Amino acid sequence: MAEQSKVTFIITRQDGPDAAPYEETFEVPYRQNMNVISALMEIRQNPVNSKGERTTPVMWDMNCLEEVCGACSMVINGTARQSCAALVDQLEQPIRLEPMSTFPVVRDLIVDRERMFDALKQVKAWIPIDGTHDLGPGPRMPEKKRQWAYELSKCMTCGVCLEACPNVNDSSNFIGPAAISQARLFNAHPTGEMNASDRLNGLMEAGGIDGCGNSQNCVQVCPKGIPLTTSIAAMNRATNIQAFKNFFGSDTAL
Amino acid sequence: MAEQREFFFRRLHSLLGVVPIGIFLVQHLFINHLAVYGEEKFNAAANFMHELPFVLVLETLVIYLPILFHAILGVYIVFTSRYSTRRYGFFRNWMFAIQRFTGIVLVIFIAWHVFETRVQVGLGNVDVNYSLMEGILSSTPMFWFYVVGVLSAVFHFANGLWSFLVTWGITQTPKSQRVSTYVCLVIFLAVGYLGVRSLIAFAYGV
Repeated sequence: MAEQSKVTFIITRQDGPDAAPYEETFEVPYRQNMNVISALMEIRQNPVNSKGERTTPVMWDMNCLEEVCGACSMVINGTARQSCAALVDQLEQPIRLEPMSTFPVVRDLIVDRERMFDALKQVKAWIPIDGTHDLGPGPRMPEKKRQWAYELSKCMTCGVCLEACPNVNDSSNFIGPAAISQARLFNAHPTGEMNASDRLNGLMEAGGIDGCGNSQNCVQVCPKGIPLTTSIAAMNRATNIQAFKNFFGSDTAL
Repeated sequence: MAEQREFFFRRLHSLLGVVPIGIFLVQHLFINHLAVYGEEKFNAAANFMHELPFVLVLETLVIYLPILFHAILGVYIVFTSRYSTRRYGFFRNWMFAIQRFTGIVLVIFIAWHVFETRVQVGLGNVDVNYSLMEGILSSTPMFWFYVVGVLSAVFHFANGLWSFLVTWGITQTPKSQRVSTYVCLVIFLAVGYLGVRSLIAFAYGV
C-alpha cells in the first residue's frame, strides 16, 4: 500500500445549529490500520482541505473509542455506524462522513441525541429503589433470563437504530427502537418488574410504541447486535395485554 | 388514558386491516372465482350476496367504515415516513415501502372500483352481474388497472397480515417472523391467483 499515501474524506459540515450544511474534502495521509476517528484527529492537527486552504478543524463527538459509549455515531458512506469501529481499509473511497440526519446538528458531525434520553424518561427506563430505609436485597434473577437481558443491556443510546428507522423523523413522534428495548430490559429485571405497568403505559403514550412500522432496519444496523425487533414484538404483546387490563380492570393494572 | 388515543387508533387500524377487511377481501375474491366456473354460477352468488338482509347495514359496518378508517389513517402513516430503501436495502425495508405504496394505489383503485360497480348499482344504472364486469374488463387498460389493483390489495393484505402478527405480539422470535414471512408469501400467491384468474375469466371468458 506504499503508493496509496492519501485517503480522501468528503465531510458534510455545518458551522452551527442553524447554519447551512456544506461539503468539504480533505486528504489525509494513510497510516496502517487507521480508523475514521484517527483520520479526523489528523484533520484536527492540520486543518487544511484538499484545495490547500486552511479551515476550521472538523468537530465530532467521541469518548470510549471501543464501541461501547455510543458517542461517535455518524453516517459513513451512507450507513449510520460508530466511527471508532469504522476501519479505513474496509471502506470504499472517497469516504463520505455526514452527521446523523434524525438528530439536530450541533456542529459538523456532532448531533444532539437528547430525544433519546427523553424517550428513556417516557418509558421510565430505570429501577426506582431509592427510599428512606434499607429495603434489603431484591429478588433473584434466573440465570437464563439474565443471559438474554444482558444482550439488551448492551444498548449505548448511540442513535444508529433511530437514524435507520423510516418512522423516526420530523413529521412523526415515534419514540424509536432503543427505548422500547430498554423498557423490556427493565421489565425483565426482578425488581424493575414491580413497576412494569408504568413502563408499558409510557410506551402507550403519544409517540410511543405504536409508531413502529416493522421495517426492521434497526435490528440490521444495531452495532451491538441487540435483538431490537424481538423487543418491539415482545413489548407489542405486553402493551396490548396492558391495554386490556387498563380497560377491563385487573389487580395488576396499575 | 387520553394520551393513549394514538395507541388505540393504531391498534384498531391493524385489527381492521385483517378483521373485517382482510376476511372480506378473501371472501370477495373467492366469490369472484366462480366466474371461472361459468356465468350462471357467478350471477347466482352475486345475487345471493346482493340480496342479503340489511345488506346496506352489513356493507357499512363490515366494509365501508372499516376501509374508510383504515385508508384515512393509512394515508397519514404513508406521509409521515421517510423512505430509505436506497440506503438500507433490506428485505423488510422494501416490504415496508411497498406496503405503503400499495396502500396509496388501493385508495385510488378502491375508490374507482366502488364508484364503477357499487355506486352505479345503487343508482340503478347497472345490475351487479357477470356482464357488468365483462364490460369493464374487456378494455385492455382497465384489465391491467384491475390486475394491478387486485395484486396490490392481495400484497397489502398478505404483508399486512405479517405485520399484524408482530403488532399483536404473536410472532416475537426472528424464527417465527421468518416462518410467517413464508406463510404470508403462500397466502399472497394463493389469493393472488384467485383474484387474477377471475379477472381473466371476466375479460377473456376462459
